[in-house]
Amino acid sequence: MSDAVISSTRRIPLSVGPRVVGIAGLVAALLLAEFLIQAGIVNRFIVPPPSAVIVALYRIIVSEDVFGRFLRTAGECLVAGVLLTLFGVVGGVVMHRFKLLQQACETWVAAMAAAPLVLLYPLFLVVFGRNIWTIIMMGLLSGLPPTILKTIEGMSATRKVLINVGRSFNLTATQQFWKILFPAALPTIFVGVRLGLIFALINVVGTEFLINYGGLGALITDLAERYDLAGTYAAICFVILVSVVFFLTLEKVERWLRPVD
Amino acid sequence: MAETGRLERAAPSAPLIGPVALLRTAIILAVLAIWEFLAHSGWLYRDVVPSLLSIGRAIVDLLTHTEYYYNLGVTAGEIGMALLIGGGSGLVVGLILGGNRFLSKAYEPYLYYLGPTPKIIFLPICIMWFGVDSPSKIGLGTLSCFFPIALNVAAGMRQIDRVLIRVGRSFRASTLQMVTKIYVPAMRHPIINGVRLGFGFALIGVLLAETRMSNKGVGFQIMQADSTFDMPHMYAMLIVLFVAAIGANALIGRLGGLQDIKRS
Repeated sequence: MSDAVISSTRRIPLSVGPRVVGIAGLVAALLLAEFLIQAGIVNRFIVPPPSAVIVALYRIIVSEDVFGRFLRTAGECLVAGVLLTLFGVVGGVVMHRFKLLQQACETWVAAMAAAPLVLLYPLFLVVFGRNIWTIIMMGLLSGLPPTILKTIEGMSATRKVLINVGRSFNLTATQQFWKILFPAALPTIFVGVRLGLIFALINVVGTEFLINYGGLGALITDLAERYDLAGTYAAICFVILVSVVFFLTLEKVERWLRPVD
Repeated sequence: MAETGRLERAAPSAPLIGPVALLRTAIILAVLAIWEFLAHSGWLYRDVVPSLLSIGRAIVDLLTHTEYYYNLGVTAGEIGMALLIGGGSGLVVGLILGGNRFLSKAYEPYLYYLGPTPKIIFLPICIMWFGVDSPSKIGLGTLSCFFPIALNVAAGMRQIDRVLIRVGRSFRASTLQMVTKIYVPAMRHPIINGVRLGFGFALIGVLLAETRMSNKGVGFQIMQADSTFDMPHMYAMLIVLFVAAIGANALIGRLGGLQDIKRS
């Protein structure tokens, strides 16, 4: 008990201190930028002052339909996420089930994960047209490899003793899959889905920006083409904020799903 | 049991080509056959799926023209510069964060969460800061590869054997000596891994930047093929690019990892 108290009292200054310093550093950097721009040392037509960006953040939220655009991007990510979960997990399960297929294709999937898939967007633009499907397909394609690979990893790493328990109960292959393999692999599968979703979000926003269509990514292009400098910076900050909240949420869900060892 | 053992021992000598290679060949042939069928079926718009012959011709055409090598050289130069600046600054930041627990707790979360955000959205800022020519592409590539390298180096530094650090300190090594004699050699593997990741991100950053507002580079050439609907050339460029990217990725990985595998 006393140990716990000591460790907790020790932990407070260690975790709060760096956090305060981190935030202070960030605020100091913003204040320095504000000073340099206001003093005319940095050109305000290249870098807008942070105060103008904060004002612009409110402006774009009110007048650029940021909420609607956010929902659109979120919807695209959701569709891509559902598709990549479906195809990725099924693909991984099939490859795990048929070992020969896994041996033949796993390196290809790994190579696909390392390939610059986002560069296929001009091709998708031709195949699907400048519409929502190009964006969703780009998200799906980039998220598939990690989902497939992690599903295979999760299935293969199922503890031998669990599989033997299933065998000793004379479970059929289907029962063995639903009662033993799949539940055991679920935490690892979710790591794959989380990675897939992150890649999907990056590519969805990136493609929106590149083809100037859709939600938040297209907003940045719109504002940049209007040379609304403060607005562009504000929109970029907003997209970063959304991404960070997205990652944090996924991390929380993953921690919740992971069994306590 | 004995039966199984005999079967397993007999298996390797039997087929000339293994079942894996056979399946791979079958899959490749099936994909090519479906592709060729689609190209001639008329189900899709003409040239969206061009015939394999025309893609093959386009690859040969691409590789025999000096214009492609010029653009490839421009892109390679931009990626190299991006990797140099982003990798160098990532290494320094990673060493600082990895060596100091306080700074790591203060600033690493920002890097960790900024790392996976879509970097392409910074392109308008890069263009405003550095203009439409190569520097803006290098800028985006630098930004793309900085985060994975910094995070990998910081994580790698924390995994260094404490004994090595104590040995360095007991020899009263200066900070520079500690970095060059202890930290960097001990973290070669995470550094190479970071560079490999960074290379991939720099490549994507530079090429995506080239697809918008540029007049040279492979990205520009791809967009030119796209806007003139020259699909065979577009496929050819994408195929060559993917092969080169995957090859370079494997090469960096092999250079960094091979000796470690042998040692362990």
